Amino acid sequence: MARINVNPTRMEMRALKGRLKTAVRGHKLLKDKTDETIRRFMEFVRLNKKLRKEIESEVSAALRSFVAAGAASTPAEIAEAVGVPVKKLKLKSGEENIMSVRVPKIEIEEEENEEIFPYSFASTSSELDASVKSLRAVMVKLIKLAEVEKTCAMLADEIEKTRRRVNALEYVMIPDYEETIKYISMKLDENERANTIRLMKVKQMLDEGKN
Amino acid sequence: MPNDRVAVVGDKNAISAFKALGADVYGVKQASEAEGIIKKLARDYSVIFVTEDIARAEEELIARYKSRPYPAVIPIPTAAGSDGYGMAAIGKNVEKAIGSSIVLDEE
Repeated sequence: MARINVNPTRMEMRALKGRLKTAVRGHKLLKDKTDETIRRFMEFVRLNKKLRKEIESEVSAALRSFVAAGAASTPAEIAEAVGVPVKKLKLKSGEENIMSVRVPKIEIEEEENEEIFPYSFASTSSELDASVKSLRAVMVKLIKLAEVEKTCAMLADEIEKTRRRVNALEYVMIPDYEETIKYISMKLDENERANTIRLMKVKQMLDEGKN
Repeated sequence: MPNDRVAVVGDKNAISAFKALGADVYGVKQASEAEGIIKKLARDYSVIFVTEDIARAEEELIARYKSRPYPAVIPIPTAAGSDGYGMAAIGKNVEKAIGSSIVLDEE
């Protein structure tokens, strides 16, 4: 590893030792953070997988029945039937903090009226009723999926970022500091020895001059 | 800020069912049209459901919204069933986070 280019002085060494201490502590903290984030992430991924599996079959089934219902009546009738919804789909979207990642928290806003069919039953087929009803049930799950999937993606991002930081500290910063500190302390020791020798030499010369 | 609404982007015939639920439906005929629509929707909507074929075509654009809490752009299957794109996306996330795509135990 590369040594940091500093003057080999006591002061520099002291500063470096402080930085090393911070780096080691930061490394430990970040490592703990990755571990916990991964644990949380795995929970979400499991849920995500389960939800997606359910949704994939349910949504396509609901859409298929809608297409089938469309075949039973004219496109204009269908468009008229579903064109104006009873109520706009409203969400409650907030944010949640998971391991200092701001993830979305989405819920469907509760509706007062239970009526889900935006049309009267006179002009439409029962297939359409069934498809709208199943789609309505699936929508709640879809919103949940949106929340979970987004959370997963963001946590994955965060884990990658944190891991990179941990590795940078572990394999670059900390070894660099250690090596530089070692270099400085060796250099200082060397100076010390040189100084002692110099003093001994001077004393010897003085003694020789006396005799 | 998100407007607490849901948009659905996809082939018009397949997704107009979502209209009945009160979601805003944006029909596109070709995947190439979707880019501008998604860009515009991303500014307001909380959740955007995109059919898998379009999500596949607009992967780059959708990846841009990954790091923000909103909008959540989520691929959904079409009437023809899923082509596995959504599942693959989950696998990709796992790979990114753990380093390898491990098979998750199913309960």
